Amino acid sequence: MSNQVLINIGYLLVLLGLGYFFGRRAEAKHYKDIQRREQLYLALPTVSSEQPIGDISVQNCVLVRGSVVISVDYFKRMLAALRAFFGGEVQAYETLLDRARREAVLRMKESCPGAAQIINLRMETASIHRGANSIGSVEVVAYGTALFNSDSDSTSDGSANAEPIAVSSHPSRSGPTGD
Amino acid sequence: MLMTNIETIPGKQIVACQGVVAGSTVRTKHAGRDFMAGIKNIFGGELRGYTELLEESREQAVKRMQQQATQLGANAVVNVRFSTSSVAAGAAEIYVYGTAVTVAD
Repeated sequence: MSNQVLINIGYLLVLLGLGYFFGRRAEAKHYKDIQRREQLYLALPTVSSEQPIGDISVQNCVLVRGSVVISVDYFKRMLAALRAFFGGEVQAYETLLDRARREAVLRMKESCPGAAQIINLRMETASIHRGANSIGSVEVVAYGTALFNSDSDSTSDGSANAEPIAVSSHPSRSGPTGD
Repeated sequence: MLMTNIETIPGKQIVACQGVVAGSTVRTKHAGRDFMAGIKNIFGGELRGYTELLEESREQAVKRMQQQATQLGANAVVNVRFSTSSVAAGAAEIYVYGTAVTVAD
């Protein structure tokens, strides 16, 4: 009887340990990767407004999107469950959603090499249900309209740093972000 | 077919509007993928099987919307929106909608 209890507790602790170590490692690695790629795509302006920044002559426009399904580890899920008892900020899920959103935006950017700008960025979040225990994994879709400049070739070439035009030189039209 | 999620198509003129078009698909995961996802749920990280599944179904929904637009004689869809809802445990509906229009240079 007490043996059974011990086994159960041991099982739980192993799961927690695995979740803690692998989850932490995976998160740190993912954040590092995200930061590196964000630096790479800094030259591709992405805005949530319908108007492009600066004056660009648009030759082509394409609807682009990127999506990711990401799951939280066992340890953090436990932490969040505890949090739900006391109330307050659930940091475990904050980082999960942050990672998912940034990853989705990056995938969207990666899907359109040669674009000059991405406008009207929209995000869509859905939680993937797995039976009774609801959250745990989320899906994030980021989508927008990629504008291709007339002098940037819109096909293949695949390079991230294809020198999109310098648009930040028009402070007058940079809208809500520039004050 | 041209698609944007803004109200116009930059550099082109909308000459006719064919109304709202939509495409949807309901998908469920299969046991193998779910098993892998269950394991991944312990360690955390991306559930690649699900990402692919949802990406595939989104592609299909878009295709259905484009078919409908073509039937109506449109050559572009503007103001496209994506939406996901889970209708039952393990099944998700992917819904795409937009406004079918005819554009000219």
